[in-house]
Amino acid sequence: MLHIVVCIKQVPDSREIRIDPNNNTLIRQGVPSIVNVYDLHGLAAALRIKKEYGARVTVITMGPPPAVKSLKECISLGADEAILVSDRKFAGADTLATSYVLTKAIQKAAEEWGPVDMVFCGKQTLDGDTGQVGPGIACRLHLEQLTYVGKIIQIDLKKRRVRVLRYLEDGIEAVETNLPVLITALKEISPVHRASLSGMIRAARYKPPVWTTASFSHVDYNQIGLKGSPTIVGKTWVPKVRKVEGEEIKGETPEEIAIQLFNKRNVQEQLGWL
Amino acid sequence: MPAKKGTKEQMPDWSQYRGILVFVEQRNRVPKSVSWQLLGIGKKMATKLKAPLIALVIGDQVGEIAQEAIYYGADRVYLCEGPELKDYRTYPYSRITLNLIRECKPEICLFGATATGRDLAGAIATHLPTGLTADTTQLDVEPPPSRLLLASRPAFSEKMMATILCKKYRPQMATARAGVFEALPRDPSRTGEIIRIKNEIRESEIATKIIEFIEEKGKVHLEEADVIVAGGRGLGGPEGFKLLKELAQELGGEIGATRPCVDVGWISHDYQIGQTGATVRPKLFIAAGISGAVQHTVGMQNSEVIVAINKDPDAPIFQIAHYGIVGDLFQIIPALIREAKKRKAAKQHGASLFRS
Ligand SMILES: Cc1cc2nc3c(=O)[nH]c(=O)nc-3n(C[C@H](O)[C@H](O)[C@H](O)COP(=O)(O)OP(=O)(O)OC[C@H]3O[C@@H](n4cnc5c(N)ncnc54)[C@H](O)[C@@H]3O)c2cc1C
Ligand SMILES: Nc1ncnc2c1ncn2[C@@H]1O[C@H](COP(=O)(O)O)[C@@H](O)[C@H]1O
Repeated sequence: MLHIVVCIKQVPDSREIRIDPNNNTLIRQGVPSIVNVYDLHGLAAALRIKKEYGARVTVITMGPPPAVKSLKECISLGADEAILVSDRKFAGADTLATSYVLTKAIQKAAEEWGPVDMVFCGKQTLDGDTGQVGPGIACRLHLEQLTYVGKIIQIDLKKRRVRVLRYLEDGIEAVETNLPVLITALKEISPVHRASLSGMIRAARYKPPVWTTASFSHVDYNQIGLKGSPTIVGKTWVPKVRKVEGEEIKGETPEEIAIQLFNKRNVQEQLGWL
Repeated sequence: MPAKKGTKEQMPDWSQYRGILVFVEQRNRVPKSVSWQLLGIGKKMATKLKAPLIALVIGDQVGEIAQEAIYYGADRVYLCEGPELKDYRTYPYSRITLNLIRECKPEICLFGATATGRDLAGAIATHLPTGLTADTTQLDVEPPPSRLLLASRPAFSEKMMATILCKKYRPQMATARAGVFEALPRDPSRTGEIIRIKNEIRESEIATKIIEFIEEKGKVHLEEADVIVAGGRGLGGPEGFKLLKELAQELGGEIGATRPCVDVGWISHDYQIGQTGATVRPKLFIAAGISGAVQHTVGMQNSEVIVAINKDPDAPIFQIAHYGIVGDLFQIIPALIREAKKRKAAKQHGASLFRS
């Protein structure tokens, strides 16, 4: 049976975040937390594989204790196990440190429930918005890496090959590779279904295992949390709208306006009319 | 001497790390314009640092692209060719890039924030390891001695900007959005050095196989358009875009749209400009029936000349427009089409006459 790990992150719904115009700070109050949308689609893809080929689906998140809410949501949708990786020492991690800890957790999941054949990540998070954690994990675990996957075409369990479509800016790439593989999911990879009643009941009772630094046989403290994060946030600011000294084009008739506009030297220049 | 408390943190010696490396992306031997944009901003920073601008070109028979990279500003180009490198694949491309970075030790590495650039940069940053800032829209460097890359990017749905620093690792890496930075004019008189590097990876060692690539032909590339006539909710329906298309064709450009038009299905997402669409910087941008929300303007505010047509004189779009026309777009746009046609006809006629 396949063992699939899905990495999910609980994020503030950034669409709901507003800026306080008085002091240019973020208003986070009352902003709901959600499972990062792409991660939910990744989970849905994993659950589809479970249905079709048979698989064990383990969900992992690194985050503070309130992330339990998101893990329960994943259980209600059909995940077999959902792990909270949580420790003060993990706090302040950038993508490099995050991928280190998630790698540790995936390795531990493999020890507990068997070798991992597939790892799903989202294309990117709504808050971090980098799309770097997936490739980071693939690199650390020496997995083949397929990013921006919009469709899983087939899995050949005998040959241990997987064929997918990657949706890129300039077209669609059909590509095949070996298991174990890390896939980063687009929304198109699978629709997210609603939780079943039995799923909801299971989720209500479910207590996610919590893994801390002490749960791992070896942790390099230089690679986790703030210390393991090469990037730091310098300054932040609210972008000002670039105001230009605009000129109003007026005229008695639309024709007059059109003539005036096309008489402007820089307009003619940009149009290549000169 | 031991560093005293309160004195500046001791920085490692990075003096071996010099220069800015730009990964040049291509598909089927056609370079992506974001690569030239990266060379453009890379040149500015390299000049400040008095350091070389280096390009890396990987592919099958892509020598011409290496030459082009010089025309677009590179001082030195590393070129790695082979049939197994025709299409981008993470394993061979990341190995080649890693080896080069380890050998030539650039202080900054830039990639397009494209699927390929993000895939590659993510793998490399973890291998090295070093810090990587995603999706930057502003890039600058502190002058020597710090030589720090100031990589700025939008955060929280573009509501904020943040500058990300990588102080303790080299190289400093970033991916940068397409369409944001300006390429240098192509200059075929520019000279530089092309250095071939060998690909050590055989096809048999690469697990990933590309079965096929289906290019989306009809796909618009707004990033490349010189003129964009964009419409918003003020168009009132899909027919409005036909009108814009007519003007765009007269002016030799493309059409664009705001998100609400895409959401209700007046036009496909390929045409969306803004935070969740394309970032464009055409020479001329005409905004018709667009209010000017920040999520839209982040994607077009760097256009050379912006013309706004809106019937509401208080519409925020006028704040960023070089020319504002307060009026009904259904009157103004047809007048612009007629006038453009007239001038084109006059020009053709004029060309056949002697001019004094
Ligand atoms: C997370 C997030 C991401 C987003 N991403 C994007 C994005 O990528 N791109 C984007 O565009 N938006 C985006 N938006 C939406 C954005 O906030 C605005 O809602 C949107 O840009 C407004 O579009 P509009 O100007 O077409 O519509 P409106 O704001 O409704 O403006 C229509 C304008 O047309 C004018 N008008 C009406 N009739 C006429 C007429 N006959 N002649 C002349 N003028 C007329 C009106 O005066 C008005 O100013 C995003 C929003 C969120 C929350
Ligand atoms: N703290 C985290 N815990 C679990 N998965 C994560 C975490 N951060 C990122 N990921 C995964 O990595 C993907 C890309 O994240 P990012 O690089 O932050 O954009 C997400 O969609 C998740 O699948």
